[in-house]
Amino acid sequence: MINSDCDKCGRCNNKSEKDVSTCGSLFTIQVYSENTPGLLSQISAVFTRRQVNIETLNVCASSTPGVHKYTITCVCTEEMAKMLTKQMEKRIDVLQATYYTDDQLFILEAALLKISTPVLLENPEISKIARIHGGSFVEVNPVYATLEKTGRTEDVLSLYNKLNDLGAVLQFVRTGRICITKGTEEKLDNYLAKRESERINK
Amino acid sequence: MAENITGAEALMRSLEHEGVKTLFGYPGGSIMPVYDALFDHKQTLNHILVRHEQGAVHAAQGYARVSGEVGCVLVTSGPGATNTITGIADAMIDSTPLVVICGQVGTSLLGTDAFQEVDLVNVTSPITKWSYQIRRPEDVAWAVSRAFFIAKSGRPGPVVLDFAKNAQVAKVDYKTENVDFIRSYTPDPHPTEEAICQAVKLINSAKRPFVLVGQGVELGNAGNELLQFIEKINAPAGCTFLGMSALSSDHPLNKGRLGMHGNLGPNVMTNKCDVLIAVGMRFDDRVTGNLQKYARQAKIIHLDIDPSEFNKNVKVDVAVLGDCKKTLKLITEQVSPANHADWIAGFEQYEKKEFDSVIDNAINPKEGPLRMGEIVRKVSEATKNSAIMVTDVGQNQMFACRYFKFTKPRSVVTSGGCGTMGFGLPAAMGAAFGASDRTVCLFVGDGGFQMTIQELGTIMEHRIPVKIVLMNNNYLGNVRQWQEMFFNHRYSFTPMVNPDYELIAKGYDIPCQTVTKREDIDAAINKMLTTDGPYLLQCAVMEEDNVFPMTPPGANIDEMLLEFNNDKGC
Repeated sequence: MINSDCDKCGRCNNKSEKDVSTCGSLFTIQVYSENTPGLLSQISAVFTRRQVNIETLNVCASSTPGVHKYTITCVCTEEMAKMLTKQMEKRIDVLQATYYTDDQLFILEAALLKISTPVLLENPEISKIARIHGGSFVEVNPVYATLEKTGRTEDVLSLYNKLNDLGAVLQFVRTGRICITKGTEEKLDNYLAKRESERINK
Repeated sequence: MAENITGAEALMRSLEHEGVKTLFGYPGGSIMPVYDALFDHKQTLNHILVRHEQGAVHAAQGYARVSGEVGCVLVTSGPGATNTITGIADAMIDSTPLVVICGQVGTSLLGTDAFQEVDLVNVTSPITKWSYQIRRPEDVAWAVSRAFFIAKSGRPGPVVLDFAKNAQVAKVDYKTENVDFIRSYTPDPHPTEEAICQAVKLINSAKRPFVLVGQGVELGNAGNELLQFIEKINAPAGCTFLGMSALSSDHPLNKGRLGMHGNLGPNVMTNKCDVLIAVGMRFDDRVTGNLQKYARQAKIIHLDIDPSEFNKNVKVDVAVLGDCKKTLKLITEQVSPANHADWIAGFEQYEKKEFDSVIDNAINPKEGPLRMGEIVRKVSEATKNSAIMVTDVGQNQMFACRYFKFTKPRSVVTSGGCGTMGFGLPAAMGAAFGASDRTVCLFVGDGGFQMTIQELGTIMEHRIPVKIVLMNNNYLGNVRQWQEMFFNHRYSFTPMVNPDYELIAKGYDIPCQTVTKREDIDAAINKMLTTDGPYLLQCAVMEEDNVFPMTPPGANIDEMLLEFNNDKGC
């Protein structure tokens, strides 16, 4: 049983009195699909139709040949996360969609920061902050320096916020999160094995 | 040995391989190679030339709904394709299996804003089960087989194939394909023992069980299983509009229709039952009214083949995933027989109340202008309640659904979720092809009739035996009713200036009669039903008639209004 977030009846999913985008918490949705064209717009349409914003999105080939993996974060209620995964699985070429909370995942993201070299040279605090946060400079020239940082979302954002407060950041980009699940169960492998045996027995 | 043929010819062979007998379509530039190939397959593929592409899709919907087969549509690119959108959306929300094949410009022109190029796959993706662009002739057999498999399996729905012109003319070594497995798609999920057990336990404990019958019962051909189930547990049932003919109207356990303009009993009793068993229905807002006050006292069991329906609108206590033909049978085998005579008798007071205050006057008026309800009921009875009822959308639909009666499955063709005006006439002609041994009666208003009136041309050409009952009130009646009730009687653009429909019928060589007097109705209906081929019966009905009972939008389902200007609910 899911716990309803509706404060009116505690039973229905009616969100009419609530702004869905601001209620709830951060969920990470992992989606596996066949590598067919047009899937990304189908998946993103599931979010837009239900008024949920995608916070981050990463798409790449998975370790299973021919299968694409989408890692999507969004802020919503658990009920909504469940509905989103069901609606995504309804698309014919989606193999599996599962939602997770942060404690169920190993999470990583990468970021690049472009920093003004004159500002960097003027203020020794900048390189100190970079060092403390485990960032590394990958390029320095007289005009700008490029700082690279990988880590959890909050580490990446903390580095950015501190440097930005010092007026050092010219450009900033994050990859959005990538993650693997904790736990011993490989849900996709199990699903594919089950489907393969169903195909053979058909 | 594979034969070297064009992609267009491969499409013809693939359609034949899928057992397609009838397709509805309209030619145009980007689909011409396919129409050229079709010229040599006229003996096997009965192509019906409609007068507008929207008509083709609604006709295919009518065909699919009454036959259980996949409806098939063939149109050209650009405007031909976009004209199908309304019907595709309608088929999606009403779970109707369709394969819509559209021409597309050649692949070298894709993305160049070429003449009659529309990005159809992206346009239709949200309103189809699957939308695919065929770019090479090698993909034709596979794509067609996959399209039919997807359209008709699981919860049915529409599929679009966007067929690039170069793939129509290029040659391929054709081999038949039989797609019956897609690893990312589980159309027929196995019911779990746990869910069945929980459902059985809850049903056995029920003192006041109530069954909601949806179109899933029809789609799953589970009418007999439903009957055995409700008879064994002795539970009353209410039907959604799309599920109405899944259970004979006169069965003692059939307590009528659910929803906004449904019957008083089933709506009130939804909020009095202790176990609600929903079969193949989706708790549409027109059925539930205010969700916060919907069946809150009840434990809810939901049987559905589509897992995304569980907990979507109404939180359920037991979700039974699977084909209801199987799940109903499994549950019926395990439940204990029961007797709920007292609970069932509780419906009578509401039936009487509704009959006295609404129904009697709707079907047996003694004076005043003709009423839609009496016409519907008389047509129904004249066909011994065995005809297929097709409706358009609006008051004609509500009166038809309220007063037509059913004795056979697959007898309801109406636009439920989408509420598409203009659906009726083409859907009725499709239904006549899909069930050529049955009488097809269309109820349509003067508004919706004119939205697809051009299909009279198709009906004329093929002498399609559609019995058209035009209930003319010179208004867009349903909107007018809402204006009267909720917009302070301000009739903003709802009065309708009508043409002379008898002249129109004459122009299309369709026999026609207009009825204005009560004493002429029976003879006119008899004339309509005994005339071979199409017939237009125009009935001049009460202009400002209202459909009651009514659950006002957002109100609780047990607070139905029985009349206007009086707040007495129930």
